Amino acid sequence: MTTPLVVALIGNPNTGKSTLFNALSGSRALTGNYPGVTVERKIGRTRIGDRVVDIIDLPGTYSLAPRSLDEMVAVDVLLGRQPDTPRPQVVVCIVDASNLERNLYLVSQVRELGLPVVLVLNMTDVAAERGVTFDPVQLSQRLGLPLVTTEAHRRRGIDQLRVAILDAADSPSAPASVPTIFPPELRAECDALADQLCQWNSPPLDHFLRQRLLLDVGGWLEQNTARDHQSELSGWLQQARARLAEKGCPVPAVEARSRYRWIRETLQGVVSRPEVAPRTFSDRLDRLLTHQFLGLLVFVALMLLIFQAIYRGAAPLMEWCEAGQNWIADHVGQWLSPGPLQSLVTDGIIGGVGSVLVFLPQIVILFLFIALLEDCGYMARAAFIMDKLMTRVGLSGKSFVPLMSSFACAVPGIMATRTIENRQDRFTTILIAPLMSCSARQPVYALLIGAFFPATYFMGNLLGVRELALFAMTSLGALVAIPTAWLIKRFFFPGETPPFVMELPSYKWPSPRLVLARVYDQARAFVVRAGTLIFMTNILVWAAGYFPGDHTLVNQLQAQVDELEAEQESQTAERDKQAAFKQKAELMLASGPSGRGMVLSQPELADSGQALAASEQRLAAIERDLAPLKAQRNAESSRLLEQSLLGRLGRAIEPIVRPLGWDWRIGVGVLASFPAREVIVSTLGTIYSLGGEEEGLEQALHSATWPDGRPVYSIPVALSIMVFFALCAQCASTLMVIHRETNDWRWALFAFVYMTGLAYLGALLTYQVSRLWFG
Amino acid sequence: MTTLAELTPGSRARIVAVAGADAISTRLMEMGLIEGETIEYLGPAPLGDPLEFRVCGYRLSLRQNEARRVQVEVP
Repeated sequence: MTTPLVVALIGNPNTGKSTLFNALSGSRALTGNYPGVTVERKIGRTRIGDRVVDIIDLPGTYSLAPRSLDEMVAVDVLLGRQPDTPRPQVVVCIVDASNLERNLYLVSQVRELGLPVVLVLNMTDVAAERGVTFDPVQLSQRLGLPLVTTEAHRRRGIDQLRVAILDAADSPSAPASVPTIFPPELRAECDALADQLCQWNSPPLDHFLRQRLLLDVGGWLEQNTARDHQSELSGWLQQARARLAEKGCPVPAVEARSRYRWIRETLQGVVSRPEVAPRTFSDRLDRLLTHQFLGLLVFVALMLLIFQAIYRGAAPLMEWCEAGQNWIADHVGQWLSPGPLQSLVTDGIIGGVGSVLVFLPQIVILFLFIALLEDCGYMARAAFIMDKLMTRVGLSGKSFVPLMSSFACAVPGIMATRTIENRQDRFTTILIAPLMSCSARQPVYALLIGAFFPATYFMGNLLGVRELALFAMTSLGALVAIPTAWLIKRFFFPGETPPFVMELPSYKWPSPRLVLARVYDQARAFVVRAGTLIFMTNILVWAAGYFPGDHTLVNQLQAQVDELEAEQESQTAERDKQAAFKQKAELMLASGPSGRGMVLSQPELADSGQALAASEQRLAAIERDLAPLKAQRNAESSRLLEQSLLGRLGRAIEPIVRPLGWDWRIGVGVLASFPAREVIVSTLGTIYSLGGEEEGLEQALHSATWPDGRPVYSIPVALSIMVFFALCAQCASTLMVIHRETNDWRWALFAFVYMTGLAYLGALLTYQVSRLWFG
Repeated sequence: MTTLAELTPGSRARIVAVAGADAISTRLMEMGLIEGETIEYLGPAPLGDPLEFRVCGYRLSLRQNEARRVQVEVP
């Protein structure tokens, strides 16, 4: 097979680049991350004629001036400097036809890369609506680039583009150098820089990068070129920029000025735009959606809808998921004899798979909304509306939707931070998202509040103690997140606040194809890349709770319980049958001998009565036997958990959790809930010999005592546990998703360490202070 | 000198200069805020900040902080 033709696709955000990518590659794309950065690497393979073509989708950008490593990736790919990515042979640059001036800025940079460029004029329909007219043939001539007009969302012009790509690849004369648009002084300094780098034995940079080095004050290249001569380079650049400023070419303004001058000259007489922009439907809609009152109202309603959809809409789906998981576990469990293998399969493997799948409903629902809102153009408005509020926390409006979603579940919330381009804002949002009170904390709060807080109401029925406690717990994380965000920004991302220079794109109908593709991509990426690790964590914690221990007795007891329960079931059916028969017979006898059909004698009725009595007796006997058997089984499971690695660890950490008012059992519950917070409820159910059941757990908590007879649980202890769970990172899935989204283990580790530290301190403080209060 | 942050909603102005030589100024210029360009102030966000503009045929939102860097003259 011949090597594929490599094509890079680049363009401004909101130009329909993703739609074009899907139209070209049929949305079968390989996705991953470029090593060491959070930039998504997306490559789609297609065929044009008999050629195999790989299309690299580069992140949407307004400019090729790299300010960070993330922004450098696009430049590196285009110049063939990205190690694992072949250099593109053709660059397809997509521009918004209704907004040529700004879009051509990127084009003017791309054409300096020395690669054949195909220009795609997309959204020609929007341009026509806005009264923008242009002459494509003349524009193509002026730019010196082949040009194709498309309406990517209607798949118009795609075939022409395919042909143009092949033509560009086969054209023998790639533009070796385009006529420079910069003053000659800049070129001279660039050449001087080449000599200078050579003197320092620094690897040579091509003209494009030298130009960037000169133009990007404090840019990524300035900080990462000629590392051995860092200070000399900075000094040299400073002098060169001073020389340029003297000659009337102040850096960085000279770049934008020169490029926009070139753009104006190029577009002169080729493109015309009405002096006063016509009011389009999009403009009228925007007036409503950014209106002071109506805009806020629509925004709040939309956010409530999304939140409710994730929080409530996902619940039945998640219940089905759990029910299905239990059903499969029951059926598979029957084929296997009791023992480690059965437990591994039913609790470890099936439970592990279930714990991954259970997130899918929330991810799918959230991304359905995000993809819809982004594609139709509202997402930028949401950021616009919320920005002022979020700047108080040091973030931007773009962090609002991810953080709000995290109140339902941090996993999709963290995945949603992809909509934040700024790295500092994105990472800060990722790191504080798990502090938002997610739905997995609710069972913990419900148990402890239900058990230890009185159902007392003040002010009529308005204010309840339980509701207040729940409200306090739900808000705690968000309140703690405010100073945390500030500290994270200060320590990890010092420097100026990133600007909020954001385009508000025109509204359009979302494309169902693109929306579904996006939802599918996210769900798939979660299962494939985070799922395996979440699954493995579950297996590990299962093993720690299972081994070491002799499970013979518990298995025997379980077998007896199963047997009795099966008999109980058949006996109940028998009893119900007899009872129904007897009732019917009595009715017939009472209505006299004239009744037709069944003829029944008194002795037969008596027989039936006897059978019923026997059945009821047997049932009572089963119940009598079952209760102590279950108690014995539960006591044995509790003993096994206590003896397991997990139980021993729990005992080992008792001195650490004692200051929080906890005994070792709570310690075990916290350890076992590392995969997911709500697991503590069922673990406590096992420890208190309830067979993992929640029923009776409140009672068990009330009667739990220290060896000296003092009760373990009190309001301060309940508070301390709840505060711990409000702030801790006991959610393996969240940590795995942090790793995946930041592409770095250290951030996941940091999140775990800082949140556990916060949780411990918070619980300690809560316990010690509230103990004084409640005595 | 008037800045972008001081315009009244619905008014138009001509950009004179973008102050500063840092990444933010570069970004503003890249987005088309170039001397000579006409810019229209459409209005603030519901909470008062950021502000919405129309420039180069598209809508751009800037915080007051960034808008203050852009000097304009009102015709």
